[in-house]
Amino acid sequence: MAGQPGFPEILAFGPTGYGDELLFGAAVSVAIAILAYTLGLLIGLIGAMSKLYGSPLTRAIMQGYTTLVRAVPELILILILYYAGTATLNRLLESSGFAAIAINGFAAAVLVLGFVQGAYSTEVLRAAIQAIPVGQMEAARAYGMSPWLIFRRITVPSMLPYAIPGLANLWLIVTKDTALIAVVGYTELALATRQAAGNTKMYFTFFMSAGLIYLIITLVSQKGFALLEKRVRRGQRKLT
Amino acid sequence: MKLNRRIVLAAAAAAVAMMAGASTAAMADIKFGVAAEPYAPYSSKDASGKWVGWEIDLMNQLCAQMNEKCELVEVAWDGIIPALTSKQIDVIWSSMSITDERKKTIDFSDMYYNTPSNVIGQKNGDTDIAPDHLKGKIIGVQVSTTHERYAQKYFAPAGAEIKTYSTQDEANNDLAAGRVDYIQADSTALDAFLKTEQGKQCCELKGTVPDDTSVLGFGVGAGVRKEDTALKEKINAAIAELAKQKKFAEITKNYPDLQGIIATPEK
Amino acid sequence: MNFDLLKMLIKGIVVLILVGILAGLIYWLLTVSQWSWMSVYYTLLIKGLWLTLLLWIFSCILGMIFAIPIGLVQVTGPSWLAALAKGYCTVIRGTPLLLQLWLIYYGLGSLFPKIAMVFPDFRTDFMWLIRLDAFWYALLAFTLSFAGYEGEIMRGAFLGVPRGELEAARAIGMSPWKVLTRVWFPRAVRLVLPTLAGEVVLQLKSTPLAMTVTVMDLAGVVRNRITQDTYIVYEPLMLLAVIYMCLTFLTVWAFSYIEKKVPQKR
Repeated sequence: MAGQPGFPEILAFGPTGYGDELLFGAAVSVAIAILAYTLGLLIGLIGAMSKLYGSPLTRAIMQGYTTLVRAVPELILILILYYAGTATLNRLLESSGFAAIAINGFAAAVLVLGFVQGAYSTEVLRAAIQAIPVGQMEAARAYGMSPWLIFRRITVPSMLPYAIPGLANLWLIVTKDTALIAVVGYTELALATRQAAGNTKMYFTFFMSAGLIYLIITLVSQKGFALLEKRVRRGQRKLT
Repeated sequence: MKLNRRIVLAAAAAAVAMMAGASTAAMADIKFGVAAEPYAPYSSKDASGKWVGWEIDLMNQLCAQMNEKCELVEVAWDGIIPALTSKQIDVIWSSMSITDERKKTIDFSDMYYNTPSNVIGQKNGDTDIAPDHLKGKIIGVQVSTTHERYAQKYFAPAGAEIKTYSTQDEANNDLAAGRVDYIQADSTALDAFLKTEQGKQCCELKGTVPDDTSVLGFGVGAGVRKEDTALKEKINAAIAELAKQKKFAEITKNYPDLQGIIATPEK
Repeated sequence: MNFDLLKMLIKGIVVLILVGILAGLIYWLLTVSQWSWMSVYYTLLIKGLWLTLLLWIFSCILGMIFAIPIGLVQVTGPSWLAALAKGYCTVIRGTPLLLQLWLIYYGLGSLFPKIAMVFPDFRTDFMWLIRLDAFWYALLAFTLSFAGYEGEIMRGAFLGVPRGELEAARAIGMSPWKVLTRVWFPRAVRLVLPTLAGEVVLQLKSTPLAMTVTVMDLAGVVRNRITQDTYIVYEPLMLLAVIYMCLTFLTVWAFSYIEKKVPQKR
């Protein structure tokens, strides 16, 4: 490839360097991760509450959901849900008279990863809620607090210290799982890296750079979660 | 607490709006699915992130001719037909050959180019590519291509080992690395590879495989869903019109390596 | 706020959706789905399953073997080794396995022509290395990954063994090696068994990534052969999901059996 800049110009921004493509891919990855993580948390909260306080039917459904989703590899789930999910959704919409929605790769990635994260979050949040001292819940009920008030003022703040380590781990998992979206061809960081490496044949350069970006995301997240844990655990005894 | 709740609600609304926007904004456009890999000289992404190539130029001309807005959507090659049938894309525009096998699942427009299938291999002067001569050798092909079918039909029974790659680029790299003895792919794509630094050093052209239209197909066409007959007619009309206006020759002028090899609807 | 009414409404909608999905699935399974491809491809599927099992089990065993010193050295050893081990674990756990796999397979592959340029005999002398099947690259990547994650877990396990037991062992005159093999390591393993079950399952779920580097494991056969030849997308993926589910349940059951057999005095 005559005229192709070498390292480190190849990583520059602008039309001749791939730096901006990599960073754009990284931004897409982080965006997918944030949205999927939030969706997973929402599903996890609903799931955890249903598993603990729901009827036997609800518990069975949630148990089936968490077991199935945690037993199948994420890659396979992404493949199934990406193609089957959009196909069935569109078929349903069309048969009921609405126009087909084109679910682009971004939305599909968020939904799939969120769905998977929900199963793991359910387990983490359930364990955290179960770890809340029973006395606090009894006292809240003795005061006559409504279930929603209990949830808002007692359950969520008390379970956070127990949940944070597990949730931090889940965040790290989701940021790395965004790389799996590359297999269905949506350009996030891993695919952008492979495309750039394929164009320039500088495999080591690009894969190392991508690795560095992921590592930075991980380390920054870990610092963030450590700060969050400190704030959430204020007033409690320190963990060793 | 009130402020936090408002912030959370606003963020949630923004997220939903962004996803909905990403989904439905492009509903009116025709989505052209292109394999998310470099496939010079037909479609590849340059350093500024723009898609360039002969096929991309033709796509732009086609859309101008059809008077439609076209959106280029990247999909993985090995999932491009499911992407079409599940409505992720509307047209497959990624050098997909028209074969009877594929016609069972999807429909094709008229062909817009045709090139032979070649085999290239390590530089050693041996240019015999008869199936029995390739016994015991490793042949790399891209998965789900007519070249793979050909290799499976002719070379595998003769004793060659077929290695499949999800992108042509990976097959090229493994040939350069020495992991495979030969690769079989489109002649013009392999020519482009042989002209690169990597290709020049490692490899040479071995030959063109004898044609077999039942496996190699009848040229490259645009893939559409079976029920999209209107879209197919539109594309066919546009292709015919472009051929009449000699637009194919105009595009090929920018890619001198393709001249003389590529067969287009212009005769 | 009428919480109970809202709860019932949401429950009703969810049940309706789930029943709809279940009904649709059963209908599809019974009428529309095609399973004829299984008779054609079952030998490939069995070969693929075998490769998956090999990749999974050997990466777990080899990774564990590496993980023990990686975890141990972070607790005892010289500080520079501990820093090295910690750095290794951080990098492995901070980057996606897919990236690591691609780096090992394509990165090393891109080195071969460069080496061949400098050492012209490289191709003929090291033919075995160049022609190494992608399976070994995948095995290497998965082993390194497992070692990174388990190294961190073994570090926690070695730290979690009560100090008193170690001090007692030293006090009665056991050499450091004996303390390690007779007290520290067995206790650490027992502490870590429940987590290990989950980690082994996670490793199983990482094996499909090998299909992106031409390994014809189970996922590779399904996606790169069956779906491409027959254009049938969902049924093979469903079979794949079912097989992985069975393997997962087998593993969980096997580990709970081991846990029951291993006494854990509290």
